[in-house]
Amino acid sequence: MIYIDILIMALVTYLIRMIPLAVFHKKIENRFARSFLYYVPYSCLTAMTIPAVFSATGHLASAAAGVAAAVLLAFRGRGLVTVAAGSCGVVFIVEQFFL
Amino acid sequence: MGTRERQFWKKEYGTGFKDGIPIALGYLSVSFSVGILAVSSGFTVFQSALMSLCNVTSAGQFAGIRVIAAGGAILELILTQLIINLRYALMSLSLSQKLSEKVTIRQRLLIAFANTDEIFAVAMSHAKSLTFPYMLGLQTLPILGWTLGTALGGLAGQLLPDAVANALSVALYGMFIAVVVPAAKKRFPVLWIVILTALLSCVIAYVPVFEGISDGMSIIICTVAASAAGAFLFPVKEEK
Repeated sequence: MIYIDILIMALVTYLIRMIPLAVFHKKIENRFARSFLYYVPYSCLTAMTIPAVFSATGHLASAAAGVAAAVLLAFRGRGLVTVAAGSCGVVFIVEQFFL
Repeated sequence: MGTRERQFWKKEYGTGFKDGIPIALGYLSVSFSVGILAVSSGFTVFQSALMSLCNVTSAGQFAGIRVIAAGGAILELILTQLIINLRYALMSLSLSQKLSEKVTIRQRLLIAFANTDEIFAVAMSHAKSLTFPYMLGLQTLPILGWTLGTALGGLAGQLLPDAVANALSVALYGMFIAVVVPAAKKRFPVLWIVILTALLSCVIAYVPVFEGISDGMSIIICTVAASAAGAFLFPVKEEK
């Protein structure tokens, strides 16, 4: 039965991802829709990060330090890997030495 | 395949492959916890890895494992996946606008398979329009990392010390921040929308009236509301 459950999960997830990609083959002309879609990545990524990130580690303080480090590094134009690694490093250091 | 086309494939696939490395590393650690949860919920290591290979979604799998372990009905399983993963429909829609016009329908069917939060984030921050080989390259390592990490987590159990696991758990959020901050710095409307989304998201998470709203649903509500407000107040200029 677990295999059927896994298959159902996979199918539902795939259809959600596939249908919009398959249907919208042409560029959308409507200005409101285009603007909406332009903003989707930023609002979606923000909604996934805040407030969830603050309870992702063992302590609120280490998570907040990790976020601050990531924002600072990203603000200074560092790449994805540097920002992610820097953020992890700060969380680790804060938890080891300050908590 | 002509020489020029082969070169194009090699270059685009290679670029995508390289861009996928940090995602794959993040996935290795996150999927570790998926493996631990799945095995402790009664899945075999093989079943856990299979689930990761064919779903490639963190929140959806976490929820799915819980529903299956609790012996939930199939309808409940379908509904949780639908709600938690509905944000991918928005991402796919957004991604469809950035794909190169040369990408065929069959290629789109393949690309859709692993349009995860992180792959979407990296794809959207790619400077050029997205080609099929780039997207394949981008997805290769993350799919492997996600599956392998799940299997390792299932096998090794809680092998990582807490301090390391805690530190690694912010890696994916760090990547999100790396995509959002530069855009918010450059364009005022993006900054405005990011702040609005964060406020909305916190209100839903902490105000007791909204307790019944799941995390997946909250992401959808915040995304739709903030993006619509942004499109209304700051419509983007026509590109030409």
